[in-house]
Amino acid sequence: MNIIIVGCGKVGTSLAERLSAEGHDLVMVDLSPVKVEEVSNRFDAMGIVGNGASFNVQQEAGVEEADLFIAVTGEDELNLLCCLMAKKSGRCQTIARVRNPLYSKEIQFIREQLGISMIINPELTAAREILKLLKFPSAIKIDTFAKGRVELLRFRLRPEAGFGGKTIMEIMNHLKTDVLICAVERDSEVIIPNGSFVLQDSDTLSIVGSLQSTAQFFEKIGYRSKKVKNSLIIGGGTIAHYLALDLLKIGFRVRIIEQKKERCDYLSEMLPGADIIHGDASNESLLLEEGLTYADSLVALTGLDEENIFLSLFAKKHSSAKLIAKVNRISFNEVIDGFDIGSVIYPKYLTADYILQYVRARQNSIGSNVETLYKILDGRAEALEFSINEASSVTDVPLMNLNLKDNLLICCINRKGTILTPRGQNKIKVGDTVIVVTTNRGLRDIRDILKN
Amino acid sequence: MNYSMIFYIIGWILNVEAALMIPSAIVAAIYQEKSGLAFAAVIVLCLVLGLLLMNRSPRNKVFYAKEGAVTVALSWIIMSLMGALPFVLSGTIPNIVDAMFETVSGFTTTGASILTAIEGLPYCILFWRSFTHWIGGMGVLVFLLCLLPLTGGGYHMNLMKAESPGPSVSKLAPKVQATAKILYGLYLFLSIVELALLIAGKMPVFDALCTTFGTAGTGGFGIKNDSIGGYSTYLQAVITVFMILFGVNFNVYYLIYLKKPKEILHCEEAKWYLVIIAASTLIITGFVRSSFSSIAMAFHHAAFQVGSIITTTGFATVDFNLWPTIPKTILVLLMFIGACAGSTGGGMKVSRIVLLFRALKCELSRYLHPQIVRKVYLDGRVIDREILHSVYMFLIAYVLIFAGSTLLIGIDNYDLTTNFTAVAATLNNIGPGLELVGPTQNFALYSNFSKLVLIFDMLAGRLEIFPILLLFTRATWKKF
Repeated sequence: MNIIIVGCGKVGTSLAERLSAEGHDLVMVDLSPVKVEEVSNRFDAMGIVGNGASFNVQQEAGVEEADLFIAVTGEDELNLLCCLMAKKSGRCQTIARVRNPLYSKEIQFIREQLGISMIINPELTAAREILKLLKFPSAIKIDTFAKGRVELLRFRLRPEAGFGGKTIMEIMNHLKTDVLICAVERDSEVIIPNGSFVLQDSDTLSIVGSLQSTAQFFEKIGYRSKKVKNSLIIGGGTIAHYLALDLLKIGFRVRIIEQKKERCDYLSEMLPGADIIHGDASNESLLLEEGLTYADSLVALTGLDEENIFLSLFAKKHSSAKLIAKVNRISFNEVIDGFDIGSVIYPKYLTADYILQYVRARQNSIGSNVETLYKILDGRAEALEFSINEASSVTDVPLMNLNLKDNLLICCINRKGTILTPRGQNKIKVGDTVIVVTTNRGLRDIRDILKN
Repeated sequence: MNYSMIFYIIGWILNVEAALMIPSAIVAAIYQEKSGLAFAAVIVLCLVLGLLLMNRSPRNKVFYAKEGAVTVALSWIIMSLMGALPFVLSGTIPNIVDAMFETVSGFTTTGASILTAIEGLPYCILFWRSFTHWIGGMGVLVFLLCLLPLTGGGYHMNLMKAESPGPSVSKLAPKVQATAKILYGLYLFLSIVELALLIAGKMPVFDALCTTFGTAGTGGFGIKNDSIGGYSTYLQAVITVFMILFGVNFNVYYLIYLKKPKEILHCEEAKWYLVIIAASTLIITGFVRSSFSSIAMAFHHAAFQVGSIITTTGFATVDFNLWPTIPKTILVLLMFIGACAGSTGGGMKVSRIVLLFRALKCELSRYLHPQIVRKVYLDGRVIDREILHSVYMFLIAYVLIFAGSTLLIGIDNYDLTTNFTAVAATLNNIGPGLELVGPTQNFALYSNFSKLVLIFDMLAGRLEIFPILLLFTRATWKKF
């Protein structure tokens, strides 16, 4: 597809990275020549310096031939204007980023009236992601498929589960739950396991299953099912605002520590049910005074990644809270992973994921049939949801007879809302959606799962 | 909430209380009274309970404002319960609620009694009653701060803040422990001077001790049925002066000790305190002139009652309930004003009243010049908005508790003046009110329920309301 991206910030860059890797033709537009130069060199894209809302600049970027126009500059109004212009001067689909909470209530109206295909709000997306994790504290990361019916959960194995030294087959026969272990991380390596794979206590597992079965699974292996009922949020930014709104709605006790007095005043106006504490969260005794030891969860959302990580490390020492840290900028994922600080949220990836899903869906109608795609395990593997629209070489064949690629696993079959955990005798049928986890890249079609 | 630390401190408090009961036991031994056995029993009980609680030194020493307030409030309640036991066990006050009332009245330096005949009581019981005033005057936890071996954790200041009267706590020395020692040193020194002067005036030693305790703590339990009325004019004068001295902010004495006369002049609260005393005394003298033999006697008694009421002591030399309305009204108003912050007295405190008047003046000038920027000053310093805010909130909480209590004790169906002044006298830690609870009367007439309400008022008044209210707030007990 021909895609124009206006704005070469964090989200723009990570989008460019992902989209160019999938072979799309990109045009990057930004006011800063340095940024444009850098991005276009890194990802083999065309770069144009200028204001993305200008008709001339859009013409130069080839808006008439473009399939998709994405505006992700820092300003909401500019993004909307860019999309409006692009819509008028071309026939492309448009995506705008709008993050101001003021607009968030009117987003539907804005979208319809301005004819924008999709409006993304990174902060809201991040807040929803955190909410999911708080509802399911045993998992480090949660992705959903099949309109929320299927979950992919990543969690760290603990010795009390007693998995070490056993094969997956033994464990599954013992537990008798309908989940599938679809990926194992060991020493920064990702393995797509088969039944005879032997687990170790230090592994990080990813499992796929329906909502009920995953809950059942955690219960059976003895992970605490203690519900998170309160949350200590550090940093009162926009994500914290959205998150607190959602948490208060489901009856959480919410306490936000924020450094700026004016921001505290504002939050206190907007969130009358929450405790807003004006103070510096890097002050240990303030954290302890505000009940860190007893908190069920700590969500570190300050503007500084380093501070968020340190806060999580500190909280890990002083409490048994579910920890969630936001990391925006720094990219030492592996190191951060090694700290074992619970869940880490990367808002820029979330946004890019979201847009990518849309792009895939668009392509779907063009030929490919990838319904949803997640980069999982820090991009080292992919989980794809294919919709089976027509009979092909993979349909109506027992799975055990399919000659699948290595490092690929069919995790789940969704047959008109019924979730099947595939066994050797199961067959893929037309009308199903199928979830596949693999370390292979660039799968476009369900037929790509077979060896050539 | 750091319960281990709270229990540890309460353990200490119980031990300290056991130690503080020893003098009463000694008095019992001297006079060979059987009631002394009650003290011995309670001392043992306190020691056992205290040592049990202190057994485990808390691992986690973190201590915040919340813990401070809860510890102080709980300590006062537990102390009063234990302190009430000798009354019950010795049979002097068989009803536990009455005994509680008497002890709380003692510890909070109120001086309101439910006893009808005082003179027939055993000496050790009389001694304990008065001694509770002395303990409660400066505060048990402040005393404890002199002793506690723990360092760090920030509990010092949080305990001090919760127990010390006044809108803000000022440290005399960099360390809270040193501050507490200075305060108790001054307290002890002033008490000894008074004791010496009273004995010099030919007061029996036992009476002198009990009266000193009552004056120093600004309490007001007498050991005679007519309070101070039976003593010589000299003794009454000495008591008048010392009541007023104990109502002054102790920082002033420290400044005198440090020989910093200039800074003493800066102390506006003490100035206003003396001005109010002088003005009230003069007005009352004018109104009651006719009922005394000479103008000097009228002045003497006016000064005694004014000093007794404004410092919230509650001694009496005459039955001021029989005075004309204006003097009575002035006395009731003085009840609300109270002594200085940082003294042993109760009431709303002169500094709060001064701040409220100044804030009112500011507000008025804002009507004249809506855009005006003006600050409230005290002692030549700008007072923080936060502190002012807490003063307003104190006033509101105070009025609400006052109104609520008056309503609740109305159930006993006594007249409004009695009920109104009963609440005023307990909430401000004074002792006598007017009419049925006047200086020659007592609180025995109230039902157990009303007594409990008044006990609450006394504790709330002594601890300046917020610590006690925190005990009844759900969020205090929530972990998060």
